Order: sequence, then structure tokens, then C-alpha cells
Amino acid sequence: MIEPQPITTIDRSELPAKTATLASQGWRLVQICCTTGDTSLELTYSFDKEYAFSNLRVIVPRSDAVVPSITASYLAAFTYENELQDLFGITVTDLAINYNGKFYITTIKHPFLQKKTNTPASTMPA
Amino acid sequence: MGTRTIIPFGPQHPVLPEPIHLDLVLEDEKVVDALPSIGYVHRGLERLAEVKDYNELVYVAERICGICSFIHGQGYCQGVETLLNVEVPPRAKYLRTIWAELSRIHSHLLWLGLFADSFGFESLFMHCWRVREKIVDIIEETAGGRVIFGSCKVGGVRRDISNDTLKRIRGELAAIESQYNELKPTFLKDASVNRRTVGVGMLSREQAIALGAVGPTLRGSGVAQDMRKLGYAAYKELQWEPVVETAGDCYARTVVRVREVTMSFDIIRQAIEKIPAGPIAVKITGNPTGEFFSRLEQPRGEVVYYLKGNNTKNLERFRIRTPTFANSPPLVIMLKGCELPDVPVIVLTIDPCISCTER
Amino acid sequence: MSFLKKSPWILHYDGSSCNGCDIEVLACLTPLYDIERFGIINTGNPKHADVFLITGSVNEQNIPIIKRLYEQMPDPKVVVAVGICATSGGIFQECYNVKGGIDKVIPVDVYVPGCAARPEAIIDGVVQGLGVLEKKYAALKNKPSKTAA
Repeated sequence: MIEPQPITTIDRSELPAKTATLASQGWRLVQICCTTGDTSLELTYSFDKEYAFSNLRVIVPRSDAVVPSITASYLAAFTYENELQDLFGITVTDLAINYNGKFYITTIKHPFLQKKTNTPASTMPA
Repeated sequence: MGTRTIIPFGPQHPVLPEPIHLDLVLEDEKVVDALPSIGYVHRGLERLAEVKDYNELVYVAERICGICSFIHGQGYCQGVETLLNVEVPPRAKYLRTIWAELSRIHSHLLWLGLFADSFGFESLFMHCWRVREKIVDIIEETAGGRVIFGSCKVGGVRRDISNDTLKRIRGELAAIESQYNELKPTFLKDASVNRRTVGVGMLSREQAIALGAVGPTLRGSGVAQDMRKLGYAAYKELQWEPVVETAGDCYARTVVRVREVTMSFDIIRQAIEKIPAGPIAVKITGNPTGEFFSRLEQPRGEVVYYLKGNNTKNLERFRIRTPTFANSPPLVIMLKGCELPDVPVIVLTIDPCISCTER
Repeated sequence: MSFLKKSPWILHYDGSSCNGCDIEVLACLTPLYDIERFGIINTGNPKHADVFLITGSVNEQNIPIIKRLYEQMPDPKVVVAVGICATSGGIFQECYNVKGGIDKVIPVDVYVPGCAARPEAIIDGVVQGLGVLEKKYAALKNKPSKTAA
């Protein structure tokens, strides 16, 4: 059985209002996911209410990767949004708990923006 | 108001087998704020999807976490199967259910042991792990590995369990369950244990939903949500109901897990009773296309795999949101107002799995 | 090495392992394998420890932690890398945030194979490590005392 998984694409400016409505209706934030395209970044916000599953999608250009935070309605989003900042180089505005790039400390900055996974020159121990 | 002190907790701490770091803001003995920081175990395995094809990625998925290894493999496979439009044979679905429930029992027993250790009950810890080893023996006998099963593949399972073996396992499980039943009263009724758990680390129903709690953390706060109700594998053909407790404290979360072990024994019994004969895998052709959120119930709660395929051997995007990631914000709320000695107990009641969380 | 004169204590740290090896390390301590019968116990305090058991590979964020724990341990000390990730990075070798095995940061004395390493293998690795420990102890004793600093 596969539950319906509707995805509604919205503009980033609508995000705070839409999530506030969902929060007031008792939807639970499931996850925030980012997929990198060649010129754009696709963010998917997933919500659950009694096994119903619904998604909001926001597409932002890579050159202007700024989204408003949804922590006003869903405080728990701070973990996901810090992840967006550290791994995807997205600027999240009005973020309630901002680690300022210290949530994940990675070898390469914003690793998901790099084209191909760089293979470290790993050698077997002698 | 007392003096404010910030105490670092972790990443290396006797009660934690894994590195997580918390900055605890204290007023005398009271925790007024807690801020988690992670990243010690971050590997970046989601991007391995670019170098490994969708069949090879099963091995990576199983190694997201060694404790829920089977369910990680299962969730990933179910996602890819949906993208490929493949229906798995019924026998494979039942075998997946049996293995998934075996890993739930081993994971919960592991947790009950670590939890006992967190409040200083060393002998209870040892007893839980003694019982758990017998489950691990069954896992090793049927799957080949103690920790990493390697038995799930896209399109079904890699090996069968014969009906004779299943019958014998049913007998062994009955013996293991009676040993487990001897441990239960200590968690549920022992006065010294209850003093550490009852009324500690409160999380209300509203907070649990608003903060996105999942799994036993959510069900301990009175929300009857268990992703197995979505009906994947064989769960819709078996009789069971999500375990719910309403108190929202450490005790409630413990009771949820204690009762879930019993339920898992029952689910396995039913599955062995009903398992149909037939093939265990179907042939896979083509490449995954489209996008899908695969949701499953792990021992720690709801896990989400987002898979996006573009009709090539490699997935375009493989994203994992694991239960501990979702349970971290609720943890911050639970810790506020508790006393410093209760911190390890509360941290453990979300059953933290850091390697899952950071991937 | 036929018997142990001392009771070596273990410090366990999870580098960036998947937990698989960690639960096997814990399994060594619990009733079925019970390495405590050899006097080996798991301590949380690096200054009490003789054997440093590390699982998983190293990354940017845990390098300073591993170095500090290693430095805090008194001499002589032995490092046992448990599992294939601690040896070389294993299946995660190609990940962007994995630098490789533990030997990229601190010297490793014993490598334990496996994914996940079996408890028998871990015990074997620790016992081999004890041989190294005794040698290091002997070397330390023979060193002129004035250089001890």
C-alpha cells in the first residue's frame, strides 16, 4: 500500500504563512530535504497528520539561495534548516536557533554544492 | 537565581556509546537550557548514490546504522521497488517482517540494557544483553551476520528460511520470551528504577506533535502513530495495534518499548504461522524513475528515505531522515528544568542513534 | 604471552562508525563474551585507560577529540582500530567527509578486521594489543629515567 504523497509547489514568500496554517491544523513536520539541480535548489517540506502525508516544494535559484525560516511555526525545523545552511549553502533568514555554520563541520564547505564526490586519496595501512 | 554555569556533555561520555555533544546551561543543579551540537559522525553517505548504483547502495543503506541495519536496507529497497514498480513476492514480505521484528527485539533489549546502565543498574544491563545474545544467535543463523544482515535486496530477499527452521525458531523464541518476562517487572515495578523515571523528562502530547517527535517518544506522549500501520511488508495481514502510553515521561517511554518487545514476539509468531510458500525474489530490470518518500517504523521511530531517480543506474538523490534527528528537538524540551544527574537518563529515553542521525 | 600480569582497562571511542562495531564492543563486555573475566573493563576516563579502542573512520570534527583522548592516556598505551572503517574508511571511503582510517591521526598498533567486527575478533585484537603493551612497558622501564617528562 502506498499512501498518496501530494507535492504542492509554492513560492518561497508563501512558506511562513502556509506552514503556520499546517501547524495550527496539527500537522507534524516530518522532514526538510534539498535536491541540488544544475541551476536551482529544490526544497521539499514534508508533513504528516494521522498517516496522511503532504509536501510543500520551494524551488530557489542557486545564485539566490535564500529561504525564510519556518521555525516560527515549527521550532523543530532548526535542525533541518541548519543542515541546509551547512551542507547546501542556503541562507535561512529569521532562523530561531542559528549555529552559523557550526552544525556540521565538514572537510569541504557546502559539500552538496560540489559537483562530484571527491574521493580522498585513501591508502591501506602498511 | 543561582549562578549560571555551562557544562559540556560529551562527545565522549561514559553513558554514551556514541558521540553527541550537549551544552547544558545550569542554574545550580537545574538545567535551564540545552543545546545539542552534532557532526562528529557525519560521513556524507547520501552522496555515495552518485558513485554506487542502486543495487550496490543496499550495502550502504544497511550501514547507515548497525543497530537498525535490516530496516535501513528494507526501507531503501521498498523505496526503489516503488520507483521500479515492482511487487515483491509474499514470502519475501513475510521474511522481511520476521527479520525486521527480530531487529526490533534486539534493538529494544540493547536499549533497555543501556538505559539500565544510565541509572546505574549494572546487573540489569547485563541481563538484558544476555537475553539479547540469543536473538542475535537467531539473526546470525538465518541471515549470516550478527549485526549486518545483508539479506535484503531490491526485488525481495537474498535467502530463505526453511519452514522447519522457522518452526524451531518459534520454539526458541518462546523460551527467550519467558526469560524476557523475568526482566520486565524490574523496569515496570521496581521502586528504585521508578524513582528515576516517573515524572522525569516530561513531553506533552502537544509538544510531541509540534516538535516532530517520532516512534516510542511520540507514542509515550499519547499519540498512537506507528508507521507499520501504513501496511508495508506483511504488517497489514497481521493482528497488532500501536503501543501507546499517555504520561509523556521517561517511564512512559520505557513502558512503550517494554510492551513493544512483547508485541514483536507476537508478530513474529503470527508471521511464522501464516508465511506462504513461493519465490523469495523477483528479477529486476530497468532503472528507477520518479520520486518517492519511503516511510517505515524503526525501533527508534519513523524513518524517511527520499529517493529520486532519473532513469539511470544511479539515484539522483538519496536522502535519509532518521528518527533520532527528529527526536533531538523534543529532547531539548525534555531536558529543560531537569536536574543534572537526570540528564543521561533523559538523553537515553529518546534512544539516540547518532550514526543514523548524521549519516 | 601466556598470562596477563595486569588488568588492562579499555577506553572506547566511536569515530564515525555505523554503530555496528560499537555494539559488538559492548557485546564483548556482556555475559556471553565477558572479557571482564580477564580483568579487562571499559572505562569512560582516558586517564584510567591502557587500551584505546576506536571504531569508525576519522573526519574533520573528531580529529581533535581523538588526539586529545590519546594524549590524555598515560604511557604505555595501545591503540586498537576495530573494523574496516577504522582501518581504511571501508565502504564510506569515498564519502566527502571521511578522511580514512584512524592511522591518519594517531599510531595504530592492532587492526581488527570485519564489518562489523565480531566479538571474537575484537577480543583477539585486544589480546594482541596486550602483547604490544607489555613490550612498550618493558621499553619504558629500560629508558633512562632522567628523560621522563
